[in-house]
Amino acid sequence: MQLLLQQVMAGLANGAIYAGMALAVVMIFLAIDHLNFAQGEMATFSAYVAWQLIAWGTPYWVAFVATVILSFIGGVVIERILFKPLHNASILANLVAFIALFSILNSLDGYLWDYTIKTFPTPFGTKPMFGSVLIDAHEAGMIAVTGLLLGFLYLFFRGTRLGLAMRAAAHNPESARLVGIRVGWMTALGWGIAAAIGAVAGMLIAPVVFLDPNMMFGVLLYGFAGAVLGGLTSPGGAVLGGFAVGIIENLAGTYIPYVGRDLKLTIALVVIVAVLMVRPAGLFGRSAVSRV
Amino acid sequence: MMLEVERLDAFYGQQQALFDVAFAIEEGHVRTLLGANGAGKTTVLRALCGMVRTGGEIRFDGRRISGWATEDIVRLGIAHVPDGRGTFLRVSVEENLQLGAITRRNRAAIATDIERVFDHFPRLRERRRQQAGTLSGGEQQMLAVGRALMLRPRLMLLDEPSFGLAPLIVEELFEILRQVNREMGVAMLIVEQNAALALDLAEHAYLLETGRVVMDAAAAVIGADESIRRSYLGY
Amino acid sequence: MTTPQNDTVPFPAAAVASAAPRRARPAARHWVLAGVVAVAVVLPFYFHGFVVFQLTQVMIYGLAILGLNLLTGFSGQFSVGHGAFYGLGAYVTAILMQRYGIAYYWTLPAAGGVCFVVGFLFGLPALRLQGLYLALVTFAAAVALPQLLKFHGFEGWTGGVQGIVVDQPDAPAFLPIGADRWLYYFTLAVVLVMFAGAASLVKSRTGRAIMAIRDNPIAAAAMGINAPLYKTLTFGFSALYTGIAGALGALAVQFVAPDSFSLFLSISFLVGLILGGMGSLPGCLFGGLFVLYVPNIAESVSRGLAGAVYGVIMLLVVFAMPSGAAGFTRFAVAYLSRLRNR
Repeated sequence: MQLLLQQVMAGLANGAIYAGMALAVVMIFLAIDHLNFAQGEMATFSAYVAWQLIAWGTPYWVAFVATVILSFIGGVVIERILFKPLHNASILANLVAFIALFSILNSLDGYLWDYTIKTFPTPFGTKPMFGSVLIDAHEAGMIAVTGLLLGFLYLFFRGTRLGLAMRAAAHNPESARLVGIRVGWMTALGWGIAAAIGAVAGMLIAPVVFLDPNMMFGVLLYGFAGAVLGGLTSPGGAVLGGFAVGIIENLAGTYIPYVGRDLKLTIALVVIVAVLMVRPAGLFGRSAVSRV
Repeated sequence: MMLEVERLDAFYGQQQALFDVAFAIEEGHVRTLLGANGAGKTTVLRALCGMVRTGGEIRFDGRRISGWATEDIVRLGIAHVPDGRGTFLRVSVEENLQLGAITRRNRAAIATDIERVFDHFPRLRERRRQQAGTLSGGEQQMLAVGRALMLRPRLMLLDEPSFGLAPLIVEELFEILRQVNREMGVAMLIVEQNAALALDLAEHAYLLETGRVVMDAAAAVIGADESIRRSYLGY
Repeated sequence: MTTPQNDTVPFPAAAVASAAPRRARPAARHWVLAGVVAVAVVLPFYFHGFVVFQLTQVMIYGLAILGLNLLTGFSGQFSVGHGAFYGLGAYVTAILMQRYGIAYYWTLPAAGGVCFVVGFLFGLPALRLQGLYLALVTFAAAVALPQLLKFHGFEGWTGGVQGIVVDQPDAPAFLPIGADRWLYYFTLAVVLVMFAGAASLVKSRTGRAIMAIRDNPIAAAAMGINAPLYKTLTFGFSALYTGIAGALGALAVQFVAPDSFSLFLSISFLVGLILGGMGSLPGCLFGGLFVLYVPNIAESVSRGLAGAVYGVIMLLVVFAMPSGAAGFTRFAVAYLSRLRNR
C-alpha cells in the first residue's frame, strides 16, 4: 500500500509535466482547430533560447519573459510564412508542413547547441515540499504554474471577446469572416499563444528531464495522450488527463513485470486507447453535436 | 445609390457562373433575386461578399469593393445570411449573437441588441445558453438572421431564408424582416425559391437564368405577369 | 481533427473514365503505361549493381506506400504506423528463411497473410476511432514494434537487437543474370501484379463502396453498405501490401533489425504518400523515390543540418505541389490540353 501511494505521488509529479503539455495541446486545438505536431520542438527550441540567454548572464526571470515574448513572435512568424500559403491546401499538405517544421527545429537544436545534455536552472529550488520527499519545490512550482496558466487561458477563451473570436475563427472560418473576423490574424495569434505556452512548458520541464534536442518527444506524446484522454475540447480535462497519464505510466512501470523503460510508453498509449474505445470523446470531452 | 453592381462576372475555378450581371439597391429598399436552381442566385450573394473570383464592378457608397476580402466588406455594414445558415455549432446561442457583433465596440448597445433579437425570436431566448448545434433547422435560421442583425447592418443579404422551414415559421420570419426593414431602415437583397413570399416583401425583383439577368422590374409587375410566373416561378 | 479530405480525384476519375465511351484517353494512358514498363524492364542492363539495388528499393517503397494509400487515400482511415507492417513482413520473411529454411518466394504470401490478419485485427478497434485517435493508435504501434522486437522473451525468434541476416536469393539456374538483377525483376513482377490488383479493386463495386464510406459514411450506411466489414478488410489489405513490400525489402537489404523499422520509417511513408499524391497509384512511385533519395541528398548537403535540409526540401515540394506530384501532373496536363484547344 505504501508503495502504491508512493508511486501514485511520483506519477503525479511526472504528471504535472504532462498536464502542462496537455494543456498547451488543448489550447492550441481550441485556437487553430488542429494539433500542432511540432509543438514539442518549438518548446525545446524556446528552452534552448532561454538557456543561451542565461548562459550569457541574463537573470532567470528576464530570460524567462524574453523567451516567452520571442516565442510568441516566432509562433506568429511561423504561421504567416509556413502555414498561410497552405491554408487552402488539404489537411495532409499541412501535415507535411508540420513534419518538416519538426525536422527543421530538431536538427537546428542539435546543430546550434550540440547534442550534449545540458542542465537547466529552476527558479523554485529543489527542496522537498511539505516536508516529504515525494514532491519537491520545483514540481510544486510546475503544478502551480500549470494551474495559473489554465485559469488565465480559461478566462481568456471563455470570457473575452477576442477569445471568442479566436475560437470562432478556428472552428468555422467562413462564418467567422461573415461576421467580420480577420481569420488570418486570429490564426496567427493562436499560433503565437501556442508558442508562448510551449515556451513556458519547455522551461519548466527542462530542469527535470534535462535539455537535449529530443527532450520533448516523449513528453509531447504523453501530453497528446493526456489531452486525448481528457477530451480535446476540455482544458480542465486535459490537465486531469495529463496527471492520469503520469500515474498510469508509473504504475505500469512498477507493477507490470515485463515492462522495461521502453515499453512504458506503449503501455500508456494502450491504456489511452482502451479508454477511447469506451468513451470516444475522452473522459470529459464534449463531442460536437451536429445534425445530419 | 448604396450598392451598385455593373458587368459582374463570377467564376468557380475555370467555370464561369455569372455573366454581365447588373443591378442596384437604394438605402432602405428591399430587392429580391429569383430564379430556378442553379441560376446563380447564391453566387451573386457570394460575389458581393468577395467569396468567389469576380470580374466587373461592385460599388458600395460609391467605393469600389470588388476584390476586397470578405471580412472587410462585412465591416462596411453588409451582413450575409448564407445558405446553410453558417451557425457556429460549438458555441451557445448567445455566443453566436455576440459573434455577430464582434466588430462593434459599445458593450451596452450590444447587450440591448441581443435582448432585441430575443424579443423578435422568443424561442431563441429560451435556448440562449444551449449549444447552437442542437437547435432545429428553423431555430438555426432565426439565429442566423438574428446574428446578422447584431451587426446593425445597412444591407442584409439573405440566401433562401425559407429553406426547410415550416410555412408558419416562414411567415413569422418574413414578418420580422418586414419590421426590421421598416423600423431600422435595413436594405435587403433576398434570394428566394418561394417567389410569392419574396415578391410580397420586395419592391423590385431580378430574375436570373443560367447566370444572366433576364428580367429587371418592379415586384408588382413580375408578380402580375402570369406567363413569367408560370415559366420561371412555378405558380 | 477530421478524417483527411480526399485529394483522390484520380480514383473516381478512373472509374468514370473507364465507363465513358471516349476512345482517345484510355489509349494514351495505356501507351504511357506500356512505355514505362518497357523502360523498367530494360533499365537494369544499363546500370551496375548498386543502382539496380536502389531502383529495386524505389519499387519496394512505392509498394509500401501503395499499401498506405489503400488505407488512407482510398478508405479515409489515417495511419502513422505502417512502418510496423513493413517491419512485420520483413521479419516474417527473415524468420521463415533463416530459422525454417523456407524458400524466399513462399515467404511473400506468408508475410502478406500474417500482415493481413494483424491489419484486420487492427481495423476492429479502429472502427470506433476517427482520424486523430486512429492516428494515435497507429502511432503507438509504430513506436511499439521496435521495442517488442528487442524484447528478451522473443529473442529466440527475432535475434533481439542484432537482428537477422538474410541470404540473398539466387537467380534461377536457367537465367544468366546476377542476383541483384534477378531480385529487381522479381520485385518488378510482384509490384506490377499488386499495382494491377489495386487498380482493379478501385474500379470494382467493392472499391466504390469503400470510397462511398469514406466520402459520406451516413449515406453509405443508409444504402446498406456494410461499413465495418469493408473498413476492416481495407485495413487488412493495406497491411498485406505493405507487409509484402517489407518482405521484399528484407530480401533486398539482406538484413533485418529492430531499429530499421522505427517511427521515422512510418512518417517517411506518410510523407511520401502525401507528396506523391493521395489516391494516385503512380504517385506512390514518386513517393518511393522521395523516401529513398531525399534523405541522402539532405545529408550530402550538410551533415549537421541534414534534418533541417530534409525539412526544407519537404516544404519546397509541398508548396510547389500541394496536391502531390499526381495533382500537379493532372493540373499540368489539363493546362496543356486547354492551351492546345485554344
